[in-house]
This record gives sequence, structure tokens and C-alpha cells, in this order.
Amino acid sequence: MSTSPKKSQVHHPSLPKTPTGIIGLDEITDGGLPKGRPTLICGEAGCGKTLMSLEFLIRGATEFNEPGVFMAFEEKASELTMNVASLDFDLDKLQAQKKIRLDYVHIDRSEIEETGEYNLEGLFIRLGYAIDHIKAKRVVLDTLENLFSGLNNQTILRAELRRLFQWLKEKGVTAIITGEKGEGPALTRQGLEEYVSDCVILLDHRVINQISTRRLRVIKYRGSIHGTNEYPFLIDEEGISVLPITSLKLEKEVSSGRISSGIPAMDKMLGGHGFFKGSSILVSGTAGTGKTSIAAYFANETCKRGDKCIYFAFEESPKQIIRNMHSIDVDLQRHINKGLLQFHASRPTLHGLEMHLVVMYKVIKKFKPDVVVLDPITNLITVGSVSEVKAMLIRLIDFLQEEQITVMFTALTLNNIVNEQTDEGVSSLVDAWILVRDIEFNGERNRGMYIMKSRGMKHSNQVREFIITDKGLDLVEVYLGPEGVLTGSAREAQKLHEQTGEVLRDFAVSSKDRELTRKRKVLEAKISNLQMEFESAEEELNKMYQQEELIKQAALNSRLEITSRRRGEYRDEKGKIND
Amino acid sequence: MTELQQVPEYDANGMYQLRLFVTGASPNSTRAILNLKNICNEFLNGKHELEIIDVHQQPLLVQQEQIVALPMLIKKGPGAERRLIGDMSDREKVLRGLGLS
Repeated sequence: MSTSPKKSQVHHPSLPKTPTGIIGLDEITDGGLPKGRPTLICGEAGCGKTLMSLEFLIRGATEFNEPGVFMAFEEKASELTMNVASLDFDLDKLQAQKKIRLDYVHIDRSEIEETGEYNLEGLFIRLGYAIDHIKAKRVVLDTLENLFSGLNNQTILRAELRRLFQWLKEKGVTAIITGEKGEGPALTRQGLEEYVSDCVILLDHRVINQISTRRLRVIKYRGSIHGTNEYPFLIDEEGISVLPITSLKLEKEVSSGRISSGIPAMDKMLGGHGFFKGSSILVSGTAGTGKTSIAAYFANETCKRGDKCIYFAFEESPKQIIRNMHSIDVDLQRHINKGLLQFHASRPTLHGLEMHLVVMYKVIKKFKPDVVVLDPITNLITVGSVSEVKAMLIRLIDFLQEEQITVMFTALTLNNIVNEQTDEGVSSLVDAWILVRDIEFNGERNRGMYIMKSRGMKHSNQVREFIITDKGLDLVEVYLGPEGVLTGSAREAQKLHEQTGEVLRDFAVSSKDRELTRKRKVLEAKISNLQMEFESAEEELNKMYQQEELIKQAALNSRLEITSRRRGEYRDEKGKIND
Repeated sequence: MTELQQVPEYDANGMYQLRLFVTGASPNSTRAILNLKNICNEFLNGKHELEIIDVHQQPLLVQQEQIVALPMLIKKGPGAERRLIGDMSDREKVLRGLGLS
């Protein structure tokens, strides 16, 4: 899981380990069970001890090439084979391949008379023979304590058990010993934990509120670090899977890539691009506000991009969701057909919370989706307390973020007052929180939506009206009227009102314009008149001036003529005086 | 204990088929052989077939016969099969086990 920095540290010679191959268990035990030593698995009846130990052998034989011997004190070989056949494990085949050897040890107190000193050499010989025969590396002794019900002499038995474990260590086999949980604080009825001191794993099967959860805890692991929490585990058709409760470190990779919510107007509210990839989104709101529609839209958008999506439905069946989403023009069925969308519908009461988590974990690991939708998380509250649900969701979010999967939760808020906490208290965990609420006004109920928070991006602070039509979802700006926020028909009325006003204003403006033009024209006409007047006056003046000039010239000429005539001079035509 | 009484008791004609499983020459085994032989001589008057098997030599038999504790005596007949473990030092129990008491 965690990489290089740890390996580069000075590494002390650590305990050699044998991987179990059981999903999750090797992570908890940091590599597996102690190699060449016995491990005790204890727990109550029916908690999965036999299955876990058998899976250890089968995985060893098939995945790690380590043959194993199963010594059963409880069930006959044929019963065991039958039991695990339902899990896809073919014990008969493995036995034929000499990879696994089953040996059923039958002890019946009523058939046996103890007549003095004895030892369990028979068991040793049997086991030794089986181990040597298939060169076994792994051994399981399934409920060794049955010896105590078959034989009377406790002193001998205890001494022999001690010898047995010593002998197993000498043989170098990695052994699992199962033991039934004892009364009170004792881990096993006969105190086997006294003898097996290297590694003890406790399985538990608890029923809380009529819902059962299997849990596993590593009580002790000498010479090794190990997870100390209780880990839920699941038995299904693939065997056991243990869910390691996420790392407590907060050092996940983050992406700054964005993915669309499917509603362009919402993307616009989220800085124009939608949510961050790998982030967690909470959509909360009161009943009937369209949370599922938003989730379905998101899923639809994801699949349209060609990404994969898992939809965990806790309230409605997949068919119901698909049908309902047709009404808003979303066809989810085609994505299912293409294999891009998976529905997992279950009632929350089907399992305990932990089990839900394990199931989700498994499904997600297998399908590797880009987006996960949980609709709604509110229903999980029926199977756990608020803090448990929160703890579970923290782990889910952690896990999803590690895998860079975007998750959308929907949550039902029970009251109309916007409180700062959702019922599950996950609001502080999520990266984006979208709130859909009813706005009741003017005799109708409309949906208002706003973004309560969106980490790391600019987002709109406005309340938008969220409308669901047969064309899909959309957001429209809410009108702010004198009486507050206007939605629905009031918004339409306001719109109409404003449109009317605009027309009137337009009209008024245009008539004023015309008047202005008119006035201008009048003025212009006046100006040209005056100009013309001025021109004619100017012309008149010019004319007079020219006339005067002409008269002056003429007068001068005639005087000169007269003068010259008096002198008797003759002036030629050119005015030159000729003597 | 009730079962013991149901076992058909000592049959004068029947041969006692006894198999004693031991582990080599361990103290328990030696004692068991000795004790059993004494009992047989005393109570069975030669009407028995005693087979002594060293399980180290025949490990497969151990599984077949469902042997866990050793030494072990299996009475195959007459009557129901009985198993006795231990060094046969508790004579009373051995006799009861063999249906001789």
C-alpha cells in the first residue's frame, strides 16, 4: 500500500510471514501469519473459523504453491468438501493433486476406555505422515479442543498439546489452530491461547438491533506490527474478505480535474466546470426535492462521458429508479446495457453498517468505477447510530478518495429549517454540499437550490430555482421582488410584469426620440433661413460696393479726359499723351 | 456405562480378536504389552488372537483406524468394537472394556 519511503528506512530483520491470500487479512497483519509458527483463530460457533482456516489452506495451495494439511476434529472430509463447494473451492480436485490433504479425526468418548498412561503419539504420526506425504507447508487443526471432549485425562492432554505445538514449530509448518470461544474473558474453552502465543486472531459474530456483523481482531501478534481495530469481514461466494478500516493518514493524491454535474447551470455555479474529480459531494434536502434526480443526472452524465458509475440505492429498486428517471428524460437503461452503470440496491437493514461497507468496498474494487452514488445515506441510520454512520462514511470517503473516485451522497433533511448539520453529520467531511430546499410562497411549493460549500473553487452564492421538467433538470435565477424571493408562478408573473414595463418604456423612448428629431429639423430649417438672409444681405452690400467702385472709376476717367482735352492733348486710345 | 451392559458378554466359543497399537519400545507401550498379556493369560485362556502393531512402521493404519492416543487396544470381536487407550494398568477398566468383568 504505502510505498518507498518506508522501505528505504533501516529495516530490521522482521518476522518471516506466510501470506494468507485472504482479501484484506494480509494488510491487517502486515504480510500474513507468522511463518513456521502456530496461529490461534478463536471465536464463537458459526463465526467462520473453519472457513477462514480452510481458505488459508486453499489459497496457499492454489496461489502460493504451498500444500496444506487439514485435520478436522469436527467435520468429516466429505462434509467439508460439501461446505466449501458452495464457495467455488474444489477440495476433491486439490486432494487429487496432492495439494491438500484432509484428515478427519474421530474421537468418541463412549467408544474409548482409558486404562492408564497414554499419549497422543497417534495424532503426531498421522499429522507427520500427512505433512511428509504432500510436503505440506501449512497445517490446520480445526477445533483441537474436541480432544478434550473425547479424552478425560487433562494433564496428559495439556502436556501433549504443548508438545504438539513445539513439534509443529520444529516441522516448520505454518499452522492454524481453531478454538471455540470460552466463557467470560477466556478466548478458548480450554485455554489454548496459553500454548499458542505467537498470533491470536479473534472472530466475532455480533447481532446488534437484529443485524449481524462479522468482525475480526488481531489480539496478539508477537514480533510484528498489526492493525488492532475490529475489522468487519464478509463471507460470500468468493470466500472471506476483510475490510481494513482505511489508513488514518490524510495523504491522498488529489486531482484538479473537473467533472460535470450534468446540469450546465449547476456547473456554472461551481466555477463553470463542475465538481473536482475524486471529491465527495453531498446533496441534501427535504423529501421530494429532487435529490435522486440530481444523482441520476450525475450518473447519466458520467456514463455519457464513457466513465463507469455504481449507483447504490437504499430506498428504491433499480427498475423503479430507471422508470422514474424516464420522466425527466434520462435513460439509464442504455448505460446499464453498455456496462457503464451498475445498480446495487439493498435495504439498509440487509446487513449491518460494516457489512454494507464491505459489500461496497468489494463491488467498487471489482467494477472500478469513476463515480459512486449513494442514495440516500439517511436510510443507513436505521441500522446504526449517527456516530456509526459517520464513522462508516468517513471510511468510505477515505477509501474512495484513495481510489480517486468521485462520490455523491444524497441525504434527507427532516425539517425545513436549514441547519448547519445534516443528520449524518457528514457535512464536514464532504468537499461540496448542495442544498435543495422547498420555498413555499404564494400558495405553491417550489425548489430552491444553493451551494452551501464547495472546497477549493469559486462558487456562486446565489439561490437558484431548481426546476424539474420532462426535458430534464435546470436552474433558473430566482427573482428578488419587493416581498422577497420569487419563484414559480410568482417569478413568471414578475417576468411578465417586467416585460410589459419594458415595452412601455420602449414606446416612451421612441416617441421622445421622434420629437427630438422634429425639433432638430425645425431648428435646422431656421438656421438655413437665417443663413440665406445673411447671404442676400451680403450680396446686396457687395453690389453697392461694386457700383460705387465703378462710379468712382468712371468719374476719374472722365476727369482725365476733360483735363487732357483742355490742354489740347490728344490721347490715343491707350491714354498716352501725344504731343 | 449402560452400553457396557448391552454388549454381548463373554462368549465361550468366540475368539477374542485384539489389536494393540504401540509406538516402538516406549515405556507406555512396553507396559501396555506386558499388562495386556497378563490379562489375556489370566482371563482368556488362549481364546484370543493378539496382534501387536508398531504404528511407526505402518503410519497409514493410524488414519484408517482413527488412532489418536497411544497405546491403543482395539477389540474387534466378539461383540461391538471397543477401544481402550493407555498402558492397561487399570485392570478393572480393561476387563470392563473387553466385556470380561
